[in-house]
Amino acid sequence: MLLYILRRLASAISVVIVTLVASFALFFLAPTDPAGVICGNRCTAERLEAINESLDLDQPALTQIGLYMKGIVVGRDYVTAGGVVTECSAPCLGYSYTLGQPVTKMLAQALPVTMSIVFGGAIVYFFVGVITGTLAAKHRGSPLDKITVGGSLLINSVPYFVVALLVALYATVLPTSAYHPFLDNPVLWASGLLAAWLTLGLTNAASYTRYSRASMIETLGQDYIRTARSKGISERRIVYRHGVRAALTPVITILGLDIAFQLTNALFTESIFGLPGIGLLTLRAFAQYDLPVLMGGVLLGSVVLVLMNLVVDVVYTFLDPRVRLG
Amino acid sequence: MTPYLEITDLQVEFPTQDGTVRAVQGLSYALPLGRTLAIVGESGSGKSVSSMAVMGLHDPRSTRITGSIKVGGKEIVGMSERNLMAFRGADASMIFQDPQSSLHPYFTIGDQIMESYRAHHRVSRKTAKARAIEMLDRVGIPNPGRRVDQYPHEFSGGMRQRAMIAMALVNDPKLLIADEPTTALDVTVQAQILDLIADLQRDFGSAVVFITHDLGVVAEIADDVLVMYAGNAVEHGPVKQILGTPLHPYTWGLLESIPAVSGTPGPLHPIPGSPPSLLAVPNGCAFHPRCEFRDRVADGLCGEKLPDLVARTADPDRLSRCHLTGPDRIFETDILPRLP
Repeated sequence: MLLYILRRLASAISVVIVTLVASFALFFLAPTDPAGVICGNRCTAERLEAINESLDLDQPALTQIGLYMKGIVVGRDYVTAGGVVTECSAPCLGYSYTLGQPVTKMLAQALPVTMSIVFGGAIVYFFVGVITGTLAAKHRGSPLDKITVGGSLLINSVPYFVVALLVALYATVLPTSAYHPFLDNPVLWASGLLAAWLTLGLTNAASYTRYSRASMIETLGQDYIRTARSKGISERRIVYRHGVRAALTPVITILGLDIAFQLTNALFTESIFGLPGIGLLTLRAFAQYDLPVLMGGVLLGSVVLVLMNLVVDVVYTFLDPRVRLG
Repeated sequence: MTPYLEITDLQVEFPTQDGTVRAVQGLSYALPLGRTLAIVGESGSGKSVSSMAVMGLHDPRSTRITGSIKVGGKEIVGMSERNLMAFRGADASMIFQDPQSSLHPYFTIGDQIMESYRAHHRVSRKTAKARAIEMLDRVGIPNPGRRVDQYPHEFSGGMRQRAMIAMALVNDPKLLIADEPTTALDVTVQAQILDLIADLQRDFGSAVVFITHDLGVVAEIADDVLVMYAGNAVEHGPVKQILGTPLHPYTWGLLESIPAVSGTPGPLHPIPGSPPSLLAVPNGCAFHPRCEFRDRVADGLCGEKLPDLVARTADPDRLSRCHLTGPDRIFETDILPRLP
């Protein structure tokens, strides 16, 4: 198992490196002019060159990639024209062109926001979805089942940002959205995120209702459920112990991948509710040609995706005793 | 001897959009403790459906059951879910065809046996586990103390079926229903499982209903045989007589379609046609469209009137549902010479 995780991590690192090189190529070789952006409108040629030099933008592309990767692993120093050395310790992702802050620090500030939104929302949609899906499957064909399926289809057919906008505009009973660090004040943290959680949670719960319902219906048709019934145990125990245990496994796989996807795509939630997460950060960087921030965001996203895939595989071994990694 | 299991005029129907599926129509039989009844028939003959009804396993929302099923004096048809829960697994239990899919893959063998035991006994986990180990040992699983904590996928097919049997017998039920328990197993393992069931039955003195389509298995294990066709019993009697001198043309057909191991190899005699759809069972005797002897009954009676299941020879234990007169003579003159 440990060996498997190490092997997977090694291959994960190679995936991240490929992503890094590809995004580096896209961003840095594209016809953009970072030095011009930093320098501003009234820029002299000398100043432009000095900026290019201090950011190593005058180096060949390969060298730039090498320096960038070295920065991530051991850190790097930026020397400005005046000879001032700025130390950027590992993992160094460079400095924001527009804000002058280290990208690592900006990401480190934004990541907890995104994680709070996504994991909080995931708890809502997972539990709501599994409970309603299981109930619908248990009472398959009943009015409850039909309402659940119809309702979830209806919710799913409305674009997410429309729901989010409606909540943001009209659900004024909810506390105002704002981010307060959990460690400062957990109550404020939760109340500031509540609207985002409910929006993300309830819209996705519709999908999870349908996943769980389908998975549960399939499970309840299995031979081992008939065996359980023939043992004389209660219907509740059959559904919630024997059924849910088996039905949840595929749903949890989807959950892992959904969380990974949302961590890198919480854009709508963050911009509509004004929460300063990764999505908002990269969106702003994109609008301002702030390449180091964009690069950092992409890199973080690929790390998150690869890690979540690994987590799903490891969790699977705990859920299904037949699965052994190796 | 008073029968432990007594089924009277059982009908099991499934209403569907295409019409009513009449899976079991007017089935009656009785089984005392200590005896094994083999129910034989093709797929769709109603042998499994009737046995599921004995366990009260049909979903009342999609099944119509009439008639009477008495197990140890308790009426199962129409029994409340609460009483059924106390009945299942305690008074009667069931082993299924495929032990691979019939055991829950996510729980250990021990967990599943303990759950069965604790559903009917107020005991601690520890006591239940000791009981599970005892049962695994009883069904011949080596090293049960270690095996009890393993998952079904760590067991071989035969071992899984032994574990299923241990689970079914953990509460000492007086009635055991085995639904083709050896069909999914290797031939060598089949014999072991049959021996085990016969052995346990002697020890526990229970009544066993053994569902199969394998006449070899019937010869091995049964005291009595019930032959079913299209949801009805067509022949019922002691195993020796049924396999030796069957009275019903359908049973003749079954016997003739077995390839002979010894003797001169010759062509098989399969029964022509296929079993009828249970949505539209033929009038009269359900077997008559496939029966090569129907012309020996006068006035096309076979297509009009369903014969009763009654004794048709001097032996009162032998029941048959056929209009033919002197079927034992027909068997001796017409069928026996064809059999290898």
